[in-house]
Amino acid sequence: MTMNKPIRTISIFCLLLFLALMVNATYLQYQAAGDLNDDPRNRRVIDAAYSRERGAILVGRDSVAVSEPVDDQFEFLRTYPQPFKYAPLTGFFAYSYGASGIERTQNDVLSGEDSRLFVTKLVDLVSNDESEGGNVQLTIDPAAQDAAYAGLSALGRGTQGSVVALQPSSGKVLAMVSLPTYDPNNLASHDFSEVSDTWDRLSDDPAQPLLNRAIQTTLPPGSTFKVVTAAAAIDAGLYTADDLVPGGATYQLPLTSDDTGLIDNEGRPCGTDRIPFTQAMEQSCNTTFAALAGEVGAERMLETAEAFGFNSDYLEDLRPQAESVYPGKLDAAQLGQTGIGQYEVRATPLQMAMVVAGIANGGVVMRPYLVDEVQSADYEVLDKTEPTELSQAVQPQTADEVTELMVATVENGTASPAAIQGVEVAGKTGTAQSGDPDRPPYAWFVSFAPDEDIAVAVVIENAEISRSEIAGGALGGPIAKAVMEAVIRQ
Amino acid sequence: MAAGQQGAIMGFVHRRRRGAELFLLVLALAVGIGAYAAVGLGVEGEVPVDLLGYGGWLAGLVVAAHVVIRFVAPYADPVLLPVVAALNGLGLAVIHRLDLADGSALARQQLTWMTLGVLLFVGTLVVLRDHRVLTRFTYTSGLAAIALLLLPMVPGLGKTVNGAKIWIGVGPFSFQPGEVAKVLLVVAFAGYLVLHRDALALAGRRVLFVDLPRGRDLGPILAMWLISLGILVLQRDLGSSLLFFGLFLVMLYVATERPGWLVVGGAMFFGGAGLLYYVSVTTGQLSHIQNRVNIWLDPMAYFDQSPGSGQLVESLFGMAWGGLLGRGFGEGNPERIPYAESDFIIGAIGEELGLTGVIAVLLLYGLIVERALRAALISRDGFGKLMATGLAAVFALQVFVVVGGVTRLIPLTGLTTPFLSYGGSSLVANWVIVALVLRVSDLARRPVPSVGDDATDVAADAETTQVVRLS
Repeated sequence: MTMNKPIRTISIFCLLLFLALMVNATYLQYQAAGDLNDDPRNRRVIDAAYSRERGAILVGRDSVAVSEPVDDQFEFLRTYPQPFKYAPLTGFFAYSYGASGIERTQNDVLSGEDSRLFVTKLVDLVSNDESEGGNVQLTIDPAAQDAAYAGLSALGRGTQGSVVALQPSSGKVLAMVSLPTYDPNNLASHDFSEVSDTWDRLSDDPAQPLLNRAIQTTLPPGSTFKVVTAAAAIDAGLYTADDLVPGGATYQLPLTSDDTGLIDNEGRPCGTDRIPFTQAMEQSCNTTFAALAGEVGAERMLETAEAFGFNSDYLEDLRPQAESVYPGKLDAAQLGQTGIGQYEVRATPLQMAMVVAGIANGGVVMRPYLVDEVQSADYEVLDKTEPTELSQAVQPQTADEVTELMVATVENGTASPAAIQGVEVAGKTGTAQSGDPDRPPYAWFVSFAPDEDIAVAVVIENAEISRSEIAGGALGGPIAKAVMEAVIRQ
Repeated sequence: MAAGQQGAIMGFVHRRRRGAELFLLVLALAVGIGAYAAVGLGVEGEVPVDLLGYGGWLAGLVVAAHVVIRFVAPYADPVLLPVVAALNGLGLAVIHRLDLADGSALARQQLTWMTLGVLLFVGTLVVLRDHRVLTRFTYTSGLAAIALLLLPMVPGLGKTVNGAKIWIGVGPFSFQPGEVAKVLLVVAFAGYLVLHRDALALAGRRVLFVDLPRGRDLGPILAMWLISLGILVLQRDLGSSLLFFGLFLVMLYVATERPGWLVVGGAMFFGGAGLLYYVSVTTGQLSHIQNRVNIWLDPMAYFDQSPGSGQLVESLFGMAWGGLLGRGFGEGNPERIPYAESDFIIGAIGEELGLTGVIAVLLLYGLIVERALRAALISRDGFGKLMATGLAAVFALQVFVVVGGVTRLIPLTGLTTPFLSYGGSSLVANWVIVALVLRVSDLARRPVPSVGDDATDVAADAETTQVVRLS
């Protein structure tokens, strides 16, 4: 029949057109969909994430972040029942400003996308439900967190500082407090203009309330670093805790000849030529530890510091994290200064807690972690974090001897404010110049209880207290004591 | 006579299959009314209060169409009406869903337009008992089509919507005359080509195994080419331009059976498009052409610009978000796509009904094209064959251009999605197209009366006479 051949050709042509459309639609909605959904301009994905019922962040038996149903387009409002105390941990969950803290690092679990929730997810897919988010159980001990927050807050308005408590045997973070803090409820709000104002105010605040000082600021550790120096010296076999170490009222750093290279002990009794190691630690003798660093040598000092976690990144559950620093190339004078936690040595409060936790744990430094369990929406445990060893920083014998020195420091020396009736406590104070003459020095305090499973670091950067009171363990000691007691008395 | 021989040789008589049509219509209504109920449940959490009234109205319309077919086109293809009813019903539900998000009331208007469309569908079938009558209006149709295409350029009557001058406004009503023009053009082309196909089929020079047409026969194709370019340049309407020229090429090829026309026409089309793009890039005139191409190549780069790719990218985001199964009615954000109820309705369907829904819609469209081409194949007269092929082609091309544009297969050009998109002119014109295809298929499938059989009805008798006259 005439014209039938071209009509058949046209049929095939039309078939090809439709095939092309179907193949292209399949490509778009299947292959390319992932990339399109990941595009930051895709508000659908953001809206959906924002309106999903997220899992809770749990501390003990309480939720510190929970999605409450509300009657608006987003259906759920992220709510933080103890906002200020836990903000540095939970972080915030905001519509336009993303998320931080656990809200960010555990987003896959909380939003229900994590593969560990897959069994539940498959059921949800079949029943066509929105997948429910899983819960995240933190390692935090609520009593320790309360003690740390109460102790630091008691220093008054304007206090800048942080407290970290670790369980030395596992690396669990038992408390982490940072001041000043903020209310994440104001950032999670559905009133976006209010959120925007809050965000601008928090971002512009010179005190940086959004900063988690426990892990995101590094400060000169000052005398608390002497714990590392002592450990390096003993581990190198140079001394035991019962030996005599170099003492004296002043120490001229190698390669120097004037006052700038002259180290003294700010009036603390450090003998003349040689003094007992315990006395050097009790009195926090700068002259001793500057000399010890020189004797240990730059290479071994660096090795020991890095074994404790300096110059590396180890906390996976909170991001970003500042790396603590022990400098590389050092001349003899700089080496002496690092022995007392000066020159370019910088540490986060978490790092110094890890140093004492390592000593408390027989020289083994455990990797710190915050997420204890991942749970389904029905609180069924899907995954529990196994503690992992970060390194064997020093020999067990070394750890024991350093412990002996630090116990003496609490019993007879500068760290006495941390003493607890009936419990053996090891501690060390530290004071570090802030470099700004208008600012008070940073007050450090690290301690642990050798017969218990707790190590604490406290840093006070700024408080409305006179300069003289900052020195020593007067500020940090009682806070560390309160945190340790909270854990021990349970 | 060819048709008679075929019938005799094959001994095959088509059955009416009206019962099958009714059964399929029930399924189609289940799609339309079910989708409407699902929208209510998904968006508002309850079955719409007007479900009975709405469903009754929809059912009344399609059943009325079915009854009329039983009486005036009993042998018509039984699949077309149910497929069209399903698409129209789904379109209404999706527009209703967007209404709920935007606070508009377009679905109600669309239902009115559908009513008018079904009325014209019925009217066409009742009045036009034999499509060959239309050969008398070959030149009238052609002139009317050109007049309609020019209407939007009349000052005071034409309206520019989103850059395209393809609308006319009369009082509160807007109308896209191009939609009606495309039906008239198919009639005009079919009438013209069935008369001149022999002359046009004469081979000219042979180049690379292809017989090129004679130079003197290039007149009509040249005229059509210029009209298409004129629409592109003056009315800024890429889609219609491509549609009309593609339609003409397909019909010319089918009429002459000379692939050479496709070669010449294709070269003219791509040459013309390339030339316009070149002019657009070098002179800055016709910037919309360059824009469309740039956006097609990299839509993400123009997301925040104006004119930019926001609409296209939102639609792509929506379809990606829909994935394989879709979010479900009320669970997506199709209202994020500007004009989702018209050109971008496929984006809304992709988001809430997923790839599954999109493929289903494409299959329904494919089915319409396939049934129309089948009618063309079995039609016993040249005019019917050409008209059915032309209607199938215009449908296939329109779906390809708009769905391909929305899914970024080809540069985006503005055309409505047949039977789904909101828009009265398009809906009414498409219902008439289906009526014409049904008329061709009815005559094609009707048993040929045996010679000397006095019991044959008047229409069949008239048909025999006319076939003799035309062949």
